[in-house]
Amino acid sequence: MRIFLEQFLNGLTIGSFYALVALGYSMVYGVMKLINFAHGDLFALGSYLGYTVLVIGAGWITQVLGVWGGVAVALTAAMLGIGIAGLVVERIAYRPVYKAGRLPLVVSALGMSIFISNGIMAIWGPRFQAYPPDAIPSAILSFGDIKITVIKLVTLIVSLGLMALIYWMVEKTLFGAAVRATALDRDTATLMGIDFRKIILFVFFVGPALGAMAGVFAGLNYGRIIFNLGWTYGLKAFTATILGGIGNIPGAMIGGLLLGVMESLFEGFVSGAWKSVFVFLVLIAILIVRPTGLIGEKVAEKV
Amino acid sequence: MGTLLSVENLVVNYGAVEALKGISLEMQEGDIVAVLGANGAGKTTLLKAISRLVHIRSGTIKLRGEDLSKFPAHQLASIGVAHVPEGRKVFATLTVEENLNLGTWGVRNQINAQEIQKTKEWIFRLFPVLRERRRQLAGTLSGGEQQMLAIGRGLISKPKILLLDEPSLGLAPILVQEIFRVIRQIHDEEGVSILLVEQNARKALGVARYGYILETGKIAIHGPAAQLKEDERVKAAYLGGTRVQPAK
Repeated sequence: MRIFLEQFLNGLTIGSFYALVALGYSMVYGVMKLINFAHGDLFALGSYLGYTVLVIGAGWITQVLGVWGGVAVALTAAMLGIGIAGLVVERIAYRPVYKAGRLPLVVSALGMSIFISNGIMAIWGPRFQAYPPDAIPSAILSFGDIKITVIKLVTLIVSLGLMALIYWMVEKTLFGAAVRATALDRDTATLMGIDFRKIILFVFFVGPALGAMAGVFAGLNYGRIIFNLGWTYGLKAFTATILGGIGNIPGAMIGGLLLGVMESLFEGFVSGAWKSVFVFLVLIAILIVRPTGLIGEKVAEKV
Repeated sequence: MGTLLSVENLVVNYGAVEALKGISLEMQEGDIVAVLGANGAGKTTLLKAISRLVHIRSGTIKLRGEDLSKFPAHQLASIGVAHVPEGRKVFATLTVEENLNLGTWGVRNQINAQEIQKTKEWIFRLFPVLRERRRQLAGTLSGGEQQMLAIGRGLISKPKILLLDEPSLGLAPILVQEIFRVIRQIHDEEGVSILLVEQNARKALGVARYGYILETGKIAIHGPAAQLKEDERVKAAYLGGTRVQPAK
């Protein structure tokens, strides 16, 4: 029971990273019909940005605001910075080739991915970097014999809270309806008076910002980051996106959380080395039964 | 009553093909004007040109004297152009109410919530089925209901001009009847100006005051609807009347 609960919590934590990153894939895909392959690397860049803020800030931000203040500053800086980076990526890698069709876009996305991960390597080096230990909140809560770090709890609460916020915004507000309408039919959305360029900027800002948050939390929870982090997490998050049904917001969240929990439970009870094999087997099985993903029928109706 | 819409020498190309070859038409405030013609005559292209969904090669389109070409397409809704596109184009995975609400997007900073609510109530009176189904996804509606939703979505912004593209397309005769009854009703009750594109010439000339007939990108005939209904050429080609005997 103890192992189950701990692994379940671990799974939810890593699943919330997948879900946050998956949201970015899904939002951009929904509106642009483009898989933003650079997204995973923006997540990694966010993690490094948070790392740098904490390293620089450990001397004074953490002194003044405390450990949690430092974490908040790092999160905010990474989210803003990566949100802006997302806009830059859209501007330089995608906008010039929109009219050229989908394949040039995919190539441009792959190029951007390589550019960012190599950029990270050039700036921060090819080795693991450790988040400064004194900048990471170290408190641990115990419930009976179950121990959970406070940072993990905070990660879960903040991630789930933000997902709820995004869900509300996209599914329940008029602005969200405008985003979904643009994703369905850009011409008709234009007839409604919706400026699709603004919707594009929205998804290219919010998606990467959410990814950056996951990146900083990943660093805080696991302590070490490496330049190709975007590849490993990006692939899993992309899998989660497909699992949930690409292009829809609840699907990305559920897909991400489910993937994380399955992976973690398998790791705890069967084998850590085979967890990825298991995850992809489950993905294949689900896609055989439901090719559009778990919550994908809405997309199928459109296509 | 001044001039609401004036189109002059409008030319639109699709690649090398000229879809509209210099069209001029005019419409008064509070009018219903029908644009008729066969498939491919350029009717839909004309409406898309007014909404700027297609690129205009040359010519001008003015709404109340204001040149529309200085606005980007997404601003046309805010200056009073509502376009109900061919094939309804409701947002299938959004609810009926979300679809209606999106109709207010362009004017959301001009009209207050009460005003919108009032218009919405009026639309629900026109189409009671939309009220019943307002929480349903638009894609689950029947074709006729989707057409009603598309019209309601156009009306909710209280447009200066409503562009209606083939509202009767693919509908059962009884629904066609219903749609045209409502077109007349929105015109009579609220004085909405309507530019109506139709293949169903008989019905369209029944509600319109004036009509234009397009043939391969040009205006072939135009005149008051009553006169067009009696025109031998129109009868022969569009009203399915008895064939006109060539004059001896």
